Amino acid sequence: MSMRTPLARVRGFGSAKSGTEHFWRQRLTAVANIPLVIAAVVIVISLLGRNHAAAAQILGSPLIAIIMLLFIFSITYHMRLGMQIVIEDYVHDERAKLALVMLNTFFTIAVGLAAAFAILKLSFGV
Amino acid sequence: MSEANPTTKRPRPLSPHMTIYRWPITMAMSIAHRVTGVGLYFGTLLLAWWLLAIASGPNAYGAFQSIASSWFGRFVLFCYTWALLHHMLGGIRHLIWDNIIGLEPGEREWLATASVYGSIGLTILIWLIIYMVGGLRS
Repeated sequence: MSMRTPLARVRGFGSAKSGTEHFWRQRLTAVANIPLVIAAVVIVISLLGRNHAAAAQILGSPLIAIIMLLFIFSITYHMRLGMQIVIEDYVHDERAKLALVMLNTFFTIAVGLAAAFAILKLSFGV
Repeated sequence: MSEANPTTKRPRPLSPHMTIYRWPITMAMSIAHRVTGVGLYFGTLLLAWWLLAIASGPNAYGAFQSIASSWFGRFVLFCYTWALLHHMLGGIRHLIWDNIIGLEPGEREWLATASVYGSIGLTILIWLIIYMVGGLRS
C-alpha cells in the first residue's frame, strides 16, 4: 500500500483525453433531439386516427422511416447518458453501481433495437 | 476514551442542505428535469410497444389502440406528452445557459417559470389537436 495520494500517482501522465466526451455527447444528442422529437410528435399525431393498414404504410415510407430511425437512435443514446448520471449520483455501492450502469446500457440498446426493428420491418414490407 | 474526548459526542455543525432551503423555482425545475427524464426513459417502452404493435399486424395494433384509448391509457399518454415537452423545454433552457445567457437574477427564474407554463400550454394544445384529428379512437 503506497502512502502517495491518488492525485500524486497519476500526476504527470496527462489527461485521459475523454473527460468531456460524456458531456459533449449529451449536448450533441440534446440538440439533435429537438427537431427529431418535434417531427416524431407530428408523425405520431397524424397516425393516431388511422387504421392499421394506413399507419403501417405511412411508417414504412422511406422519409418517415428514416426520421423515426434517427429519432430512436438519438433519444436512446441520450437516455443512456442521462440515466448513467442519475445512477452515479445516487448509487454509491461500487458493485451495484457497475451492475446498474451495465443494465442501463442493455436496456437502452434493447428498447432502441426493438423500435428500430419494427420500423425496418414495416419499411422492407412483409 | 469517549469521556476523554467529549467533543466527538457533540454533533458537528453542517452546512445548510436542500431540506433547509425554501425551494427556488430553478431548484424545483432542476429536479423536475431529472424526474421527467427518468419517466421518459421508461416511457420509450410505450413507443417501442406501439411500433412493434403496428409491425406485428392488425390484432396487436387493435389491442394497443383499445388500451391506449381507455381513460387510463389516455391519462398515461397525457402525462407522457407533458413529461416530453417539459424535458425538451428544460433541455433548451440548459442549452441557453450553456452559452452563459440568461443566468442573471430574474432571468433564470423567468426561464424556469416559462418552461412550466410553456410545457403545460403545449401539452393542452397537442391534445386539442389529437382530438381534432380524431385520434385515439378504439
